[in-house]
Amino acid sequence: MSVRPLEIDDRRAVLDQLRGRIDALQGGPSRLSVPVPSVLEGLARLRTGGVYAVDSASLAMVLASGASAAGDWVGFVGWDDFGVEAAAQLGIALGRTVLVPTPGEHWLEVVAALVDVLRIVVLRPAGRIDPRSASVVQARLRSRDAVLLVHGERGTQGAWPQADATFSATEVAWDGVGRGSGRLHGQRARVVVREVGRPNSREIVLPYAAR
Amino acid sequence: MSARILVVWCPDWSVTAALMERAETGAPVERGAPAAVLSANRVVVCNGPARAEGVRRGQRRRDAQARCPDLLLLAAGPERDARWFEDVLIAVEEVRPGVSPIRPGLLAVPAPGRYHGGEEAAAALLAEELVGAGVWDCRFGIADDLFAAERAARAADAQGCVVVPRGASAQFVGDLPITVLADDGPDGQRLADLLHRLGLNRLREFAAFGAGEVSNRFGSYGVEIQRRVRGSTTRLAGPRTPPPELACEIGFEPALDSAEAVTFSVRTTAERFVAVLADRQLVATAVRIEAEFEDLAPDGRGISARTWLHPGCFTSRDLVDRVHWQLQAGTPGSGLRSRKEAGAVTAPITRVRFVPDTVEAAGDHADGLWGGGAEEQVLRGVARVQAMVGYDAVRVPVLQGGRGAGDRQAWVAWGERPTDLRPTDPPWPGRIPGPAPTRVFATPLRAEVVDERGRGVTVTERGVVTGAPYRCRAGFPGRSGWWAIAAWAGPWPVDEGWWHAEGAPGRSARFQVVGTDGSAWLLCWRESGWEVEAEYE
Repeated sequence: MSVRPLEIDDRRAVLDQLRGRIDALQGGPSRLSVPVPSVLEGLARLRTGGVYAVDSASLAMVLASGASAAGDWVGFVGWDDFGVEAAAQLGIALGRTVLVPTPGEHWLEVVAALVDVLRIVVLRPAGRIDPRSASVVQARLRSRDAVLLVHGERGTQGAWPQADATFSATEVAWDGVGRGSGRLHGQRARVVVREVGRPNSREIVLPYAAR
Repeated sequence: MSARILVVWCPDWSVTAALMERAETGAPVERGAPAAVLSANRVVVCNGPARAEGVRRGQRRRDAQARCPDLLLLAAGPERDARWFEDVLIAVEEVRPGVSPIRPGLLAVPAPGRYHGGEEAAAALLAEELVGAGVWDCRFGIADDLFAAERAARAADAQGCVVVPRGASAQFVGDLPITVLADDGPDGQRLADLLHRLGLNRLREFAAFGAGEVSNRFGSYGVEIQRRVRGSTTRLAGPRTPPPELACEIGFEPALDSAEAVTFSVRTTAERFVAVLADRQLVATAVRIEAEFEDLAPDGRGISARTWLHPGCFTSRDLVDRVHWQLQAGTPGSGLRSRKEAGAVTAPITRVRFVPDTVEAAGDHADGLWGGGAEEQVLRGVARVQAMVGYDAVRVPVLQGGRGAGDRQAWVAWGERPTDLRPTDPPWPGRIPGPAPTRVFATPLRAEVVDERGRGVTVTERGVVTGAPYRCRAGFPGRSGWWAIAAWAGPWPVDEGWWHAEGAPGRSARFQVVGTDGSAWLLCWRESGWEVEAEYE
């Protein structure tokens, strides 16, 4: 195999190319990127085999909606308070959604089985996850084309020991509500992405479909 | 020597079938109570007790009820009649093969001659068999031809038999009054009326007409009747082929008392069931699983039956899973199977039976040439999860109509078809517009809302809020204590369910509340107090 010189145009592109090359040499599945909705384009990236921490339910739904709209199946595990209407408004195709509200002690097996067949699994763990279970799931993810989003309460560090990236919604503001007047029209938030390297952030309006 | 014909007639079959179905669903059924089957507001069929009260065929519902106030009204169901008559056909087939069903309530079978000790003895045997199957009113007629045998059955008493001797059919039919033709429906009714007005009283007199004249004047129906009356026709509908037995069952001796043991033992039966269907190029999409168990009560046995649906089609493995879920359903915590639980069942199981409920052509469910699509893989993967955590633990979210956040959604068990959902199309006045909450609590949390001076906020009957919400407190896990309200909207008042006698939710009003910390909530005020229904997160 001949090694061609790399075209150096951007540091990130170089890293991507190198990663792709390592994957190809290792023989594992290349890490494909999973579509994200247009509001998060250029800010958040999801790659198959990755684990990402999210601290807001609506942001988790938005992240999952890209793949769902593209025709993939998504699953929500441990969401015993899943808001169906909000999910539909945020662009998740309910016909391609699997919900396991209370997996209980079986959460590890459920997640492992679902990442086999779904594109995105959004897990809300009951407590902190021990590194051994995490490594089991991560090994499984690497051999499949799936993404795991871990939803934790705001402010907590995240239940997953080492996530590829952390998405958090900060400076959340609600439009349209006055003091006894108006109604909720929309939600704005500054989405902060913490990856390896410098944190990246942008203010977005959550894409609730007009109803 | 031609074979003679035995006709079995179950009078007012529609009523009998409807009552049998009612009895199966557990509704109280009193034999001998007046009942009638209605279609389009008119009586189609009524039973003997109803007729004794003056109810007649063709009567309007109102008139029938006026004559007999405690008349039990039943909806017409031709499929139901046919379905329940199947049991009668099987019962008769047990005794005498070659059954030809004529219509629900009426069947013909070759008379057995001397085999059962004579024709009347055979009829008595059949009567015993049918009463055993729950059909009390069955009447038998035996004659050389079908028409005479049917007339003979109509002349018999309940569970009785009328035998027309060999060669005496024409004689027997000739003695019948003209009015019996009215049983043949509107055509017969018209002919009977006309012949009556012509001054004819007995069918014999009709037989004396010339065939040409009858054909000219009364058409094909008249000719047919005349041929029958003369005894020159021997019509017998072709005997039916009994439907193939697709149900499979397995008995356990001694009875098994652990679900694991049962599921292990039914595996081969499930494989056989799928294979039998596959031989006929069929697959099952709905299967009824019946498990018989030894009842601890002195009277013996009980049965647990449930119909399971499958989003694709059943494989033997799926069936085994269903058996497990069904047996586990009786024990507490059925949704989630604990690892430690030994899988005990409520009572020892003696028999498991698979009955196909809906079958479809295998071609419609076959894998594509290049293997199953993504959909197939998902179905299989999710079935694996279901096998792990239980049938009810895997859900599909669906939308439905309603006002509260919790009312507007439903989670349907994976594989079930959603039923009884409220439609989303009509406007639901009082529902909250705009973005929906992302977290909807299954059981709303109790909350407390006070105004600036610390007085509890309520909503009056006219929908006026007594004070501006200022602080709120609710029993969130890990977040207790008061938090300040930055903005609020509402109320959206609703007065629901007052039309139900009890358990009405009553008056309520919803509020959207934004806290100073950036959290947003859907609060609901009820007469019983405040609740947190959902969170916008």
